Amino acid sequence: MTGEFAFRGVVRTAAAVLVVAALLALGSLLPASNPLSVSPFVVTLAGKYLAYAMLALAVDLVWGFVGILTLGHAAFFALGGYAMGMYLVREIGARGVYGNPDLPDFMVFLSWKSLPWYWWGSDHVLVAAVLVLAVPGALAALFGWLAFRSRVGGVYLSIITQALTYALMLAFFQNGLGFGGNNGLTDFKDVLGFDLHQPGTRAGLLIISALVLAGAMLATRALVGGRFGRLLIAVRDAQSRTRFLGYRPDQVKLLVWVASALIAAVGGALYVLQVGIINPGEFAPANSIESVIWVAVGGRGTLSGAVIGAVLVNLGKTLFTAWLPELWLYGLGALFIATTLFLPQGLVGLGRHINRRRDEVTPEVTRPAGDAA
Amino acid sequence: MSDRRRRIALLALLGVALAGAPAPSRAQTVDAAPPVAAAADPYAGLTSPHFEAIAAAVGRLGTEGAPQAQAVLRALSAHHLFVAEDGGLYVREGESWTDARTGAPVTSAPAGVRAVRENNRVRGALAQAMAGQALLAGDAAARRDAAARLADHPDPAMLPVVDRALATPHEAGLEAPLRRARAAMLLSPGAPATGEQAQSAAVRVLRDAGGLDARAVLARFAADETAPAEARQAAQSAIVTIDRRIRLWSLAQQVFYGLSLGSVLLLAAMGLAITFGVMGIINMAHGELVMLGAYTTYLTQKTLMAVAPGLAAFSLPLAVPAAFLVCGAAGMLIERGLIRFLYGRPLETLLATWGLSLVLQQAVRSLFGPTNVAVATPGWLAGSFQLGGLTVTLDRFAIMLFAGAVMGAVFLVLRRTALGLQMRAVTQNRRMAALMGIRTARVDALTFGLGSGVAGLAGVAVSQIDNVSPNLGQGYIIDSFLVVVFGGVGNLWGTLAAAMTLGVGGKALEPLVGAVSGKILLLVLVILFIQRHPRGMFPLRGRGVES
Repeated sequence: MTGEFAFRGVVRTAAAVLVVAALLALGSLLPASNPLSVSPFVVTLAGKYLAYAMLALAVDLVWGFVGILTLGHAAFFALGGYAMGMYLVREIGARGVYGNPDLPDFMVFLSWKSLPWYWWGSDHVLVAAVLVLAVPGALAALFGWLAFRSRVGGVYLSIITQALTYALMLAFFQNGLGFGGNNGLTDFKDVLGFDLHQPGTRAGLLIISALVLAGAMLATRALVGGRFGRLLIAVRDAQSRTRFLGYRPDQVKLLVWVASALIAAVGGALYVLQVGIINPGEFAPANSIESVIWVAVGGRGTLSGAVIGAVLVNLGKTLFTAWLPELWLYGLGALFIATTLFLPQGLVGLGRHINRRRDEVTPEVTRPAGDAA
Repeated sequence: MSDRRRRIALLALLGVALAGAPAPSRAQTVDAAPPVAAAADPYAGLTSPHFEAIAAAVGRLGTEGAPQAQAVLRALSAHHLFVAEDGGLYVREGESWTDARTGAPVTSAPAGVRAVRENNRVRGALAQAMAGQALLAGDAAARRDAAARLADHPDPAMLPVVDRALATPHEAGLEAPLRRARAAMLLSPGAPATGEQAQSAAVRVLRDAGGLDARAVLARFAADETAPAEARQAAQSAIVTIDRRIRLWSLAQQVFYGLSLGSVLLLAAMGLAITFGVMGIINMAHGELVMLGAYTTYLTQKTLMAVAPGLAAFSLPLAVPAAFLVCGAAGMLIERGLIRFLYGRPLETLLATWGLSLVLQQAVRSLFGPTNVAVATPGWLAGSFQLGGLTVTLDRFAIMLFAGAVMGAVFLVLRRTALGLQMRAVTQNRRMAALMGIRTARVDALTFGLGSGVAGLAGVAVSQIDNVSPNLGQGYIIDSFLVVVFGGVGNLWGTLAAAMTLGVGGKALEPLVGAVSGKILLLVLVILFIQRHPRGMFPLRGRGVES
């Protein structure tokens, strides 16, 4: 049961993330001749994994603790990414292909005369930081408020979250929306005056990502660890009973839902900083579903499992697609099937099972009769 | 029809057949024809270097019934007509030359020949003249085409041709286009003065015929200051009538497109309505079952081509049972091998079947390659027919009928067979059904097989209108789920209503905001609708706290 001992693994995992990130960052600063040197590619890759880990953490928060299987969390991730991308595009300034100091290249290309109103202030880092949180947060609040108030749940909620991200993908593919259409936002030069292509900047970004991820892990642990965490589990496993006891499951869900969207959005911003491109493909429903499998592989409802799952699955994807590209989808598909059939608690659950430390596993999802929705 | 008239018709047909014979054979038979008098030489214009003179001469030839005029026109359209230095006109057939004016063979090649000059204007006049010729001496189809062309490009100079065609006996189908052509010619600039009565009658003919070409003629006539005021007014009101009719028909056309899109959605969603709606299984591999159905169609076609090429046209009717069986079997395999371990865990089922969909996609990609495969549309499904102002493409129409038939069949199975009864019993109360002696595991497999087989049927239909590629299924999965949820889970009528609403709604939004924005708007509207009505349009009501 979740008690005061719960989620010790979170602290350990957060510490591990920090140590590995620091080692990689240091390694990348060594001269290339040094045997311990780490290539910038690996640093970027590690940064990407950490950004994905943020997304996985966000998914775990809503799926593992309030039972909302979101198939559209990549929408918040990508929106956060776009908000960061807007700032980075404005940082390019007159160094773009067309040399226009006011307009990003794609707008010059579309022969737009001025910035659309919603790009206002995007050249200021503070405004950009607010946008990264405010836009996905507002969307999540609106969507969640509507959905939870009318008690849309279970599969229905999953399907409309998927429709939401699908609709956003279609919208962002359009040139007229003013976010670069098909190509998205890319070709970034620097952030806050630091050249994005310098190893030092990359190492710094990796450290920042690790710190943010660790912070998010500890924050979510605090959120789900205490009394409030028990309420979440109650909402997840017996929503009607919780309501009859006088709680407001819709408000609880909304709070966690928005918090989760914010974590995903920050992940998206970190992703864009390190990967250097954001395009509408990030909204694809398949991405959202993939992020769910990271959580499932690592262990649903364990927080640390989400991070471990995201890193491991993406590491596997990187290696597989490099060595045996045509086998990757078989592997991913088999992973989905094997995890759901044989590893309902994920790797973390498996580890605990072996260590017989079941006290840390959140109660298995049991559905009282009549609570099937 | 009296004997005498039949004989005349036969003679006319014979004449048509003779006139339609190829030019060279006739060149020999009219060897001895007397040379045409130079003063009235209708061919002189063709030798001119000026396009206008050439076009005028071509137009004049068009109203001539003489066989030689036809031969010259045909030679001109085939670029075989040449002008010699001496002003002679010659037709070249391979290596041999004939005199165009007489049709007599020429022994030595004429000196200094150049092709008769052509530009768009000459080509227009040529098409017109050929139409006139075809009207007088073509076969039935050629005559119909010619009449339609003359009606769409009215030229008063062709009036005598049309009058002659109207005066001679002709098939019933030709009457309307001829009347239309005549009316349009009477109202075109340069028409002979016929008086207000005839013009008003012509306006009525065009009004009843409708269409953009008739509208253009009427608009030009209405703007003509010299025409009688009353006829002009009639033309003006005829334009309003035609406009209204065109708007109505284009609306009807949009509705047809919408219903056609709705039928595709219905087919794709019907399988889900069974597996998700009735059984409560979220099968994310449903789209891939549709894809398998499309590939089964492809394989059936390919096999039939190899085994019995003569029967290739019937590959679709054969693909229907084949796809049903293949996908049904695949579905039962999936149910027994995967889904039965996950009953009661809908969200885990979702993930597992998503994984399965990835595997199926990759398997098909490995087997058939990542690119589209070509599924041929049989001849009897190609083309379209006109229903009033409505263009009904046969393949879309067939899909609508097919969707209706599949829906009817599914209804019959669910409502009128023992299996359907058992299915409903098991899904409503599994324990009770088991106690009654129903083998619930078998019913589960069969139900899932039925839903999967129906997905395969959708694949057959989709193969006719969409690219058949490994990614085919992904394009349908989100829409299908939305249709089922929108319509109300467990309710086939709701699925039908939702599919048609989404289809027609999508097509109605398309001209207003564009295709993609229309789709986005529709998605947002459905999301909002589900927020208001979480159980869809036609929910199955229960008394449980969660329902």
